[in-house]
Amino acid sequence: MTNIEEYSPIAGQATIDELFHLSNHLQGKVIQNINSTPVGGGVAEILTRMIPLLRQLGVDARWDVIKGNERFFAITKKFHNALHGIPAEITDDELDCFLAVNRENAEEIAFGDIVFVHDPQPIALVEKRKALGKNWIWRCHIDFSRPDKKAWRFLEKYVKLYDAAVFSAPAFARRLPIEQVLVSPSIDPLSDKNKELPEETINSVFEGFGIDRSRPVVTQVSRFDYLKDPIGVIKAYRIAKKHEDIQLVLAGGGATDDPEGPIVMEQVRNEAEKDKDIFVLFLPPASDIEINALQRGSTLVLQKSLREGFGLTVAEALWKSKPVIASAVGGIPLQIAHKYSGILTHSIEGTAYWIKQLVNEPAYARTLGINGREHIRHNFLITRHIRDYLLLFLSLFHKDPVVYM
Amino acid sequence: MDSNVEAFRFNTKLDQTILLGRKARNVDELLECLKIVPESSVYFHTHRFLQQHHYLSPEPPNDFAYWITNVVNDVELGEQVSSVDIVQFQSVSDLRDRFTEIIDAYLRSAGTIVDCPRGEEFHFMASRTFVLATPYTACSLGEFKENLQRVSTASLYYHMFDAKLRLGKGENDFSRWFEHLGEHTLAEEVTRLDPYTYTLESLRNKIVRLVEEHDKH
Repeated sequence: MTNIEEYSPIAGQATIDELFHLSNHLQGKVIQNINSTPVGGGVAEILTRMIPLLRQLGVDARWDVIKGNERFFAITKKFHNALHGIPAEITDDELDCFLAVNRENAEEIAFGDIVFVHDPQPIALVEKRKALGKNWIWRCHIDFSRPDKKAWRFLEKYVKLYDAAVFSAPAFARRLPIEQVLVSPSIDPLSDKNKELPEETINSVFEGFGIDRSRPVVTQVSRFDYLKDPIGVIKAYRIAKKHEDIQLVLAGGGATDDPEGPIVMEQVRNEAEKDKDIFVLFLPPASDIEINALQRGSTLVLQKSLREGFGLTVAEALWKSKPVIASAVGGIPLQIAHKYSGILTHSIEGTAYWIKQLVNEPAYARTLGINGREHIRHNFLITRHIRDYLLLFLSLFHKDPVVYM
Repeated sequence: MDSNVEAFRFNTKLDQTILLGRKARNVDELLECLKIVPESSVYFHTHRFLQQHHYLSPEPPNDFAYWITNVVNDVELGEQVSSVDIVQFQSVSDLRDRFTEIIDAYLRSAGTIVDCPRGEEFHFMASRTFVLATPYTACSLGEFKENLQRVSTASLYYHMFDAKLRLGKGENDFSRWFEHLGEHTLAEEVTRLDPYTYTLESLRNKIVRLVEEHDKH
């Protein structure tokens, strides 16, 4: 387990001292995180790292996962897509099932002083608030800029019952009667996915997959999900490939709460077959070193998402000083200042154009990567994330614009 | 040191970003929101870039200017809004008035109002500031210089930017303390600095150098 003090050389000792200072003010409070999957996806990943660090700081942080059957997760996937703006017909029967599963879970959970609910799956647990009191926060990790109206109307009733809602990007805020707070997610610079790697490790991973490091490698790391637009990535690659001898790597895994993963994977495989320079890698959950190596060894990293909660893979690549070309969606514009710390695009053609530009202008690409790393260091490391959460918990008890601790 | 002069305590600050749920698609809507959002929002949008991107550029634009120039593509208005000399203002209220005057005047003469691309609206935010004491204090210029080099850039930011405008003290904390110490020239020199034209590390170095020069005397 990583010790909180190990972040001092990266984030500065003052930052660590501040975290201890804030934590002191939360003594005696139980902070209970609740989500719907223990592995896979950004939420589980960040909780896995963050809970032990919060506990080292003296905060009584806990983590519960709600239980649900296959039908429940199929419904919550519909919600997920609908909130991303993809039309989805959710029947009244399905809404009843969704509520029933939430209510069953609510009976089994021992709620803490601060109940920190992640994403829509467990959102209706807040029905318990009337009976229990406590402080309730809803943390929305998904792109909420254009939600389907029916899905939002259903969820809004529950969001309004919370004390505060937390979003990953300013565009997700809505007109709500409760306080809305911006907390960007983060990456952990000491995790296997982000730590420094010896060149031999990078080489051996590339060799293992049969990827030629002597030619440019363009990589997108993300779950096989329509919203990550892997087919669009292949199309952009094909346009750029007419002029540049590049290889494309599409690497990712799946999450236990995502039933669509295998279908998308199959479509990508079909699209990519017959091109020996496209590498489609379906990686098992324990592949962090491989992902780290793929990002570090790539010439460029793409994140051509159609919607994005935040896009942690962008921060991961920038932290490795990689030039990144990414869609201007969700939280990605928070991570990339266009042409300063990366490239923001809006189309397949735009992505292809910038692939060619950056392959041919390595000095400029390097500058983007260096600026990108500094931006991540200052704004998107786990220490900043912990700080934001501590401030969020404290803000439940301190409402003034300026709070003297 | 005069025994009546209090030691300088270095504080630091941490900001929580509040989302106001208000957005603007064009300059007209920007103006309407700008008139009604809390002062903490005006402060946030004129200072955020400086803190988040302080390593990138010594002359960070405010969020309004950045959006008008790069998203709405109105270079002329963007330049006018980015040229507002924030260091001249003693209060956020006056600063807000200046921005609204500029945009209002421009809109009166502008022919058409252009909407930004979908998804690139200006989203109004604000901040809640948590002020924390650091372990560092100073009873002399020597100690001050030493500890100014130790504290985080957030501490420097708090005493130079927040103290003057956000907390409405009308002056930065360093100059006020130098005045109490009887170091009038040093106080004036630090007051005269335009901190908006430095990166935070350069600003720290500049103040350290000024203190050094006076500490020699």
